[in-house]
Amino acid sequence: MKFGVVIFPGSNCDEDMVYVLRNIMKQEVEKLWHKEHSLKGCDFIVLPGGFSYGDHLRSGAIAQLSPIMQEVKEFAAKGGFVFGVCNGFQILCESQLLPGALLHNTHHQFVCKNVFIKAETDETIITSSLKIGAPIKIPVAHGEGRFYADEKTLAAIENNNQVIFRYCDENGYVTEESNPNGALNNIAGICNEGRNVFGMMPHPERAADAVLGNTDGLAIFKSMLNFVSA
Amino acid sequence: MKFTAKINVMPLKALLDPQGKTVTASMKRINLPEIENVRIGKHITLEIDAADQAAAEQKVEDACKKLLANPIMEFYEYSVTKA
Repeated sequence: MKFGVVIFPGSNCDEDMVYVLRNIMKQEVEKLWHKEHSLKGCDFIVLPGGFSYGDHLRSGAIAQLSPIMQEVKEFAAKGGFVFGVCNGFQILCESQLLPGALLHNTHHQFVCKNVFIKAETDETIITSSLKIGAPIKIPVAHGEGRFYADEKTLAAIENNNQVIFRYCDENGYVTEESNPNGALNNIAGICNEGRNVFGMMPHPERAADAVLGNTDGLAIFKSMLNFVSA
Repeated sequence: MKFTAKINVMPLKALLDPQGKTVTASMKRINLPEIENVRIGKHITLEIDAADQAAAEQKVEDACKKLLANPIMEFYEYSVTKA
């Protein structure tokens, strides 16, 4: 399996993502500069976190116009796997590869802390190894993570089982206190209708190496590999 | 012909605007409690080279639709005048 990690000017979690995929998961990884016009034969594209284009205009708004994103859109349309974390999630929403938008946190502050999330479905390739409803601890670090979609879109996302992660407390209860940004329905991550494009605000790549004291994020990476090799 | 556009991009009325809410609350501190419902968006100005007013407005419309505003969270309004 060959992963492609896209690097935009202002990406800052790209090296962490490459490290986890290459050194922990032992996968082949290609770094893809945003100006490139080819995905270089990658089977799985990852859009990492950061502040692409300094978050100018809106988070992800400029990045989605990068040459590589035109390739990513075509790849996704053909069913290719695309996974965005944090700013990557914002870029996928701005690209309309995922429904909804990510607004300024309700409290309008940057939030950087460990939160608990739980998988809502195991029928996606990034949650296939996770136990539904079991909380995992993953850090968030964002100022614009409040997931929003209009009522009709939100209902469709919920009915189609497109919510993959929800913020919860350490016991798995979905509460207002456990929601770090005011996201509708405590939504932390979603997939598209075709279930091949995924986005989440929390950073699993920051919780995948034992030296960091938390490996809860590993299950997400293991899911990807299990699914593909299954 | 050169035209100038003045564009306002505002958070949708149905959406909570945390910046506006904070500023509204601060009005009391400057002795202006009568001020309410502050909403904060973006004001964008730009210049356009176009054959006439209608063509210039069309380009501004395209710019708003394709990049300057995200209809999921924002609405926009603009005026275009000869530079």
